[in-house]
Amino acid sequence: MNTAALLPASAAASAGTAPRRLRDATTEPRLVRWLLVGVALAFLTLFLFVPLGLVFAEAFKKGADVYLAAITDPDALSAVRLTLIAAGISVPLNLAFGVAAAWCIAKFDFRGKNVLLTLIDLPFSVSPVIAGLIYVLVFGLQGWFGEWLRDHDLKVIFALPGIVLATVFVTFPFVAREIIPLMQAQGTDEEEAARVLGASGWQIFRRVTLPNIKWALLYGVILCNARAMGEFGAVSVVSGHIRGLTNTMPLHIEIVYNEYQFAAAFAVASLLAGLALVTLALKFVVEQRVKAQRRVPGRTGA
Amino acid sequence: MALVIEPAVILSRTLLRRHSVLPGFDLALGFTLLYLSFVVLIPLSAAFLKTFTMTWPAFVDAVASPRVMASYRLSFGASFAAALLNALFGLVVAWVLVRYDFPARRFVDALVDLPFALPTAVAGIALTALYSRNGWIGEHLPFRVSFTPVGVFVALTFIGLPFVVRTLQPVLEDLHKELEEAAATLGANRWQTFTRVLLPILTPALLTGFALAFARALGEYGSVIFIAGNMPMVSEITPLLIITKLEQYDYTGATAIAVVMLVTAFVLLLAVNGLQAWARRRQGL
Repeated sequence: MNTAALLPASAAASAGTAPRRLRDATTEPRLVRWLLVGVALAFLTLFLFVPLGLVFAEAFKKGADVYLAAITDPDALSAVRLTLIAAGISVPLNLAFGVAAAWCIAKFDFRGKNVLLTLIDLPFSVSPVIAGLIYVLVFGLQGWFGEWLRDHDLKVIFALPGIVLATVFVTFPFVAREIIPLMQAQGTDEEEAARVLGASGWQIFRRVTLPNIKWALLYGVILCNARAMGEFGAVSVVSGHIRGLTNTMPLHIEIVYNEYQFAAAFAVASLLAGLALVTLALKFVVEQRVKAQRRVPGRTGA
Repeated sequence: MALVIEPAVILSRTLLRRHSVLPGFDLALGFTLLYLSFVVLIPLSAAFLKTFTMTWPAFVDAVASPRVMASYRLSFGASFAAALLNALFGLVVAWVLVRYDFPARRFVDALVDLPFALPTAVAGIALTALYSRNGWIGEHLPFRVSFTPVGVFVALTFIGLPFVVRTLQPVLEDLHKELEEAAATLGANRWQTFTRVLLPILTPALLTGFALAFARALGEYGSVIFIAGNMPMVSEITPLLIITKLEQYDYTGATAIAVVMLVTAFVLLLAVNGLQAWARRRQGL
């Protein structure tokens, strides 16, 4: 921008060339710019905005009564309850794991650190269907612990524990991978100073580390929660689709949709789409805070 | 090696490269390893161990029957095409979001992550309705999309969309303007600057984004099954085949296919790690 301001004045005055040729040499002609913006927006509209809009349009197509009836249906309500319970258990578990993993990876130097980092990311490259399958192999009737579980009258597969396990697996890396890079960038100086001043481990974490990472931590939890509430493939394998009992919201949508109750399916879908929008809004706010936090404590960050 | 039988200090004695005054290493790493093993490693190993109980011919039969081969062709083909489309348009979107100013730019930027946040089942039914014969988009198209392999491609494009954009954005933001000024000073036009100067710098990130989108698309299930029609040999993706086998109580058959997909996913993961290392070296130069 500033080079643009400098160049034309002198060039135009001396050579007298047509002013339209004199633009910033590091950007494109206006026409190209608008063309590219147009292409990008057209692509995003086609693949993102229209599908999102359609969810809400279809949900309210048959009126507010049908919408309300669909989301207050007992099966729908029990699906909402199960989704909240499953996310309520798996998100805190992965939060605890993420903090522990980030503490050893970011604050200590040990052998096999890179292997550990790769292993933490592993669940992201596993198909959700396979995530469900492996728990069936371990806890299913034919699986390793199948008989033992049956003899003790415990159910994991086709019950809440299986749903929670599958959800934990697919949301496994979210919190860890948000805070590890930040904690690595922040180093150990502040924690070491706290240690020298006599703080205990818990005090160091709560008073020094936590304030430094709180926004990134929240960001990870938000993403983790969104995925936990929306997971379909993995939960589908382990749930058994028992209505009113082991159906989460995404599974309820599938069943209602396959019964051609499209308005009802889109009504429940609109709740999850609303959750996605709230997630994106929170993410936007938190991202600004994380950027601000990256710039702070005495670091010459770019 | 370590004959000291005191579990609490074994981790730090054997693993730590450098002594640290900070507490909590043993506890944190112990918990991390335990949780990782129970949630991820042991269950994943179950898939491999189950497959080892099969004879080789039975394994080949399970993973290379005509119906499974057809599903590989569809899954790999549609994932590749979708990742390619995302690489192309993702580059345009990332470029526009970083470099140009237009109304609602930050709003659009925030919404790019929608496929990450929107549950796949919701995306699936929305895309199906949109591209069906009487849908908002489907009614204007001369060919069918919903319930055909093209539908699979559309769904996989949707879910892979953010990967290329989000891997390219930070690299584009970090580009030094001096490079382009130097190119312009030396007489390059914008297109030459882009293809000869900028594109080589962006290539590692572009390939990483492509590989991530491809890997995600290969394993995708929720958004695809609604729009695919799921006809054997025609529009049946590999993850669906695993579910089908499970529902027929063919656990070994399902697991064998799962192992093939897992190995593919691990190879892709290694490729992505390699690409990122390459990108870091590039940026370090």
